[in-house]
Amino acid sequence: MKISIQINEGPYQHQASDSAYQFTKAAIAKGHEIFRVFFYHDGVDNASRFTVPPQDDRHIVNKWAELGIKNADGSDVELVVCVAAALRRGMLDESEASKNGIDGNNIHPAFRISGLGQLIEAGIQSDRLVVFGD
Amino acid sequence: MSTKKFIYLNRKAPYGTVYALESLEVVLIAAAFEQDVSLAFIDDGVYQIIKGQNTDGIGMKNFSKTYHALGDYDVNKIYVSAESLEERGLSVDDLMPLTYEDEDDDWAEKTSIKIISNVQLTKIMSEQDVCLSF
Repeated sequence: MKISIQINEGPYQHQASDSAYQFTKAAIAKGHEIFRVFFYHDGVDNASRFTVPPQDDRHIVNKWAELGIKNADGSDVELVVCVAAALRRGMLDESEASKNGIDGNNIHPAFRISGLGQLIEAGIQSDRLVVFGD
Repeated sequence: MSTKKFIYLNRKAPYGTVYALESLEVVLIAAAFEQDVSLAFIDDGVYQIIKGQNTDGIGMKNFSKTYHALGDYDVNKIYVSAESLEERGLSVDDLMPLTYEDEDDDWAEKTSIKIISNVQLTKIMSEQDVCLSF
């Protein structure tokens, strides 16, 4: 089955991202295809490469990033961050930083910034869209 | 691109959290994909389309006028939970008049709002392909 995931909450504050990660991993292990993981609302904070949790805690960002290199058939899991939600929360990639005259960027390279159309397309293209959040 | 039935569930008050605003952004973007779109307002979500909203005292952008644009985007199936209205001492008269122009009826202006019971909403939800909950 082709599945897409939407994550609406930030890391550590809320378990949504952890649950979504476990679900995604389990789905891939069962042979399902993950078409796209879309980060929205505070979910965009899951893409910060500046995340530094204590050593004995899970590293949610890296866990997602590592997933990005191994889907069921070896293809990438698409980790997409909503551009409008990201920018208003201070999450920028190199291109958005230079476009907005800001001297730094914090999106992990395993993630990419794109528009809300990617969420709708995921809903159209996938057999299931599973939403994690409040 | 195929057509699917999308429903957006709006469950939270318009201010206090960003869910309502960012839900509306998804709905407006999604309109470009020409899918079959329904909106439902339940729980505190009914406050999103209440008349006479004024945010002057809280420093937030009043985005309630944007809901009037939904009709122009061919989003004209707007369901409001009767129970949620009643629990809050509200009636249909407290809601903004959201309308659309019916091209099959000489562009007559008609209301987009249908007040329905939660049982009816359950049935409508079960007929959808994609349910996005905000």
